[in-house]
Amino acid sequence: MSGHSNYEPKTGFERWLDTRLPIVRLAYDSVIDFPTPKNLNYWWTFGGILAVCLGIQIVTGIVLAMHYVPHVDHAFNSVERIMRDVNYGWLVRYMHSNGASMFFIAVYIHMFRGLYYGSYKAPREVLWILGCVIYLLMMATAFMGYVLPWGQMSFHGAVVITNLFGALPLVGESITTWLWGGFAVDNPTLNRFFSLHFLLPFMIAGVVILHIWALHVPGNGNPTGVNVKSKEDTVPFHPYYTVKDGFAISVFLLMFAVFVFFQPNALGDAVNYVPANPLVTPAHIVPEWYFLPFYAILRAVPDKLAGVLLMFGAIAMLFVLPWLDTSKVRSMRYRPTAKLYFGIFVLACLVLGYCGGRLPDDHVIGNLSTFQLLDADLNSMVWLSRVAAAYYFAYFLVVLPILGLTETPLPQPESISAPVLPANAPAGAAASPEKRG
Amino acid sequence: MLRKGFILAALGLAFVAGPSFAATHPEEPKGVHWSFEGPFGKFDQAQVQRGYKVYREVCSACHSMNLLSFRNLGEKNGPFFDDKYKNPNDNAYVKAISKDYQINDIDSETGDVVQRPGTPADRFPSPFPNEAAARASNGGALPPDLSVITKARPQGPQYVYSILTGYVAPPAGLEVPPNQHYNPYMPGDVSAFYKGKGHVPAGGFIAMAPPLEANKVTFDDGTKSTLDQQAKDVVAFLAWASEPKQTERKQFGVAAMVYLLIFAGLLFVSYRRIWKKIGH
Amino acid sequence: MADTVVGANPDPHASGEDPNRRDFIHIAAAVMAVGAVGALAWPFIDQMNPAGDTLALASVEFDLTKVEAGQQVTIKWRGKPLFIRNRTGKEIAEAIKDDTADLRDPQTDEERHKPGKAQWLILIGTCTHLGCVPTFGGGDYGGWFCPCHGSHYDTSGRIRKGPAPKNLAVPDYAFLSDTKVKVG
Repeated sequence: MSGHSNYEPKTGFERWLDTRLPIVRLAYDSVIDFPTPKNLNYWWTFGGILAVCLGIQIVTGIVLAMHYVPHVDHAFNSVERIMRDVNYGWLVRYMHSNGASMFFIAVYIHMFRGLYYGSYKAPREVLWILGCVIYLLMMATAFMGYVLPWGQMSFHGAVVITNLFGALPLVGESITTWLWGGFAVDNPTLNRFFSLHFLLPFMIAGVVILHIWALHVPGNGNPTGVNVKSKEDTVPFHPYYTVKDGFAISVFLLMFAVFVFFQPNALGDAVNYVPANPLVTPAHIVPEWYFLPFYAILRAVPDKLAGVLLMFGAIAMLFVLPWLDTSKVRSMRYRPTAKLYFGIFVLACLVLGYCGGRLPDDHVIGNLSTFQLLDADLNSMVWLSRVAAAYYFAYFLVVLPILGLTETPLPQPESISAPVLPANAPAGAAASPEKRG
Repeated sequence: MLRKGFILAALGLAFVAGPSFAATHPEEPKGVHWSFEGPFGKFDQAQVQRGYKVYREVCSACHSMNLLSFRNLGEKNGPFFDDKYKNPNDNAYVKAISKDYQINDIDSETGDVVQRPGTPADRFPSPFPNEAAARASNGGALPPDLSVITKARPQGPQYVYSILTGYVAPPAGLEVPPNQHYNPYMPGDVSAFYKGKGHVPAGGFIAMAPPLEANKVTFDDGTKSTLDQQAKDVVAFLAWASEPKQTERKQFGVAAMVYLLIFAGLLFVSYRRIWKKIGH
Repeated sequence: MADTVVGANPDPHASGEDPNRRDFIHIAAAVMAVGAVGALAWPFIDQMNPAGDTLALASVEFDLTKVEAGQQVTIKWRGKPLFIRNRTGKEIAEAIKDDTADLRDPQTDEERHKPGKAQWLILIGTCTHLGCVPTFGGGDYGGWFCPCHGSHYDTSGRIRKGPAPKNLAVPDYAFLSDTKVKVG
């Protein structure tokens, strides 16, 4: 919000309301008239897509809560009752279960966009950190939601994740007992997870409001990373970005619909259709796909406490990122070397995700046995995830701090409206490339 | 305790799923084409009816289907759906089927346990009163509940079909423990029982004896009752039972996709027009 | 929304195209968005209607031999009490005598039971005022009396005195045999 408002109440009622509660003015300034850089690409539509995802999850979740029974004896069957007997229950439930995956697909793209275009840099550090808080809350919500159907994977997933806290020295055991409300994951655990799973989405919605507020203070970044200089650089949010976001949302919903209607269980694990049995663990226990990279980091470390710390450290990296990246250039469009390292970083995350879904001792390449390095064969998922995890941390702790000081960025454009340098100007004349180190 | 119900079902899986450490992998399930596959796939009602008969006459002796009610059989897209009876509870065929079953109930006057004929609202009764009884009758193994079996196994329909038709004589050198049967499609690890040379055979042991054989069930529509036919039909029935609303879901989905495609197209044109004159 | 697109928010770079055609695309897109939300609203409303298993349990069968003459048995049907009353000759006679009385919700006793089964009165046991359960045999007319706000019903279940507007409702039921009824 620039502080200047172009809102002019048209009717008597609007004038009356505007002097008492300027809510129409707020909406006008933030979604109609809001000056938005005119060069945003499709990667910027994921903010709107995420808002839709959150809305869908909350609405379908409230409906499911009307029919779900949070009790170990009834949870599984009440979910199946939703699928079989409740009118359109199958639709609501599949929207919710696949909606979680869609939410994470969108949030990961949104985050990688922020990483690539330097959206975390001044003056948007708070905006970025609020986003990280949303991501943490999303993970907590998704984890507790996955426990609710009380299938085999629900139960043993809950056992494994809550046991992570047991790794903490001294207090670990008391914390897990406190989380469980007993001596194992049982009915009290299920009940409190249900309660928290209902609460957290509203906390997410609250932080989202702060996130949007923090966005509207400096305004949107843009693919060039160059600040908005004049009115020429922007267009009003409506209709330009309402229609662009709307189009992107409709395409996203098409993909969503393919999963809900034709592949509703493709992203889930078959064993979660087996009711929970505390006496037997499924042969291959894996979290949902969106947790796999962190799961791989956890398993890459042979020590319980170190694994847990490293896993949480992977998320902590995101929180301190604004102060790790030393580059003065915001967008990687003008940082060819950083672009390369970023590409490898994306690859490392995908590799970690792949490793998380396989057994640690599985071979990476066919049946090839190489040699034993420390505790595992070199050609194993363990070693692959170790390499990828090492790069993950190095990207934040080594590459970004040093690269910003040593690299030679490309010339940046003068303004958004003049993104291309005049053909006859010598390189570096139009903009002053930062060359340091 | 009520919890027994699902511990029962889960233990069943546990037994079937066998040892966790799968050093050997089972064979990939056989590829079968099902009429209910794909976005436009539908159940062949005659096939699902035959499949119900196979379940009724063979599987139901040991396997429960706790989530199914008789009325489900008469619901839209169900095996005995009839346009005449929009309300499955009125479906004459479903009523006749449910009457054949004896359901445990409590006499409201005396409080005694009594048996009464079933109604469409009743659930399929379990073959055993509890888990212990089920194990005792099956050599210690617990037959899993079949309500959602094709969703509860990877590649469910292919897997169940492969198990049913996949029994073979154990390869030379494989010692099959008593009350167990070798099946190459069963997950598990038989290396401890293999004394032969070369690779350990794929698959595992299953407590269920080969359940189907030719002419074990007589099909009312005259279909030749081969083992393969019975297996296919019962899998179609189980796949329907795993999610009775799946045909409705796909039909809804096709309409939703068409609508969304048109909507996205319109928005795209609208977007291009609005942005036409903005240089970016 | 659609007219803000071209009206209230003038495009500085307005094109020379036929404005009606431009309008149409935007309006059509907006209408489809509203249509999508509308179509999706129905499943979210319908999910609150009775589910398949609830509907399946909506009928009950009852053995009438359990009810002594002059007594009533109350059973639960669709979550509500159902009165099954075995009326004596005297109670039936009183009800028929009052067919001609000044009734708030005029109905003859004959209309309130199955033909030839005057002995059996089957009623939904919730007061038509605000849904309390009337007590058996109370009130000025020997039928039922509602303790909540003082409605009096006669031996045919008709409202005679008090705030209730209607007679006690008669559910759909049928005699399966002389001693067995099916309600619902």
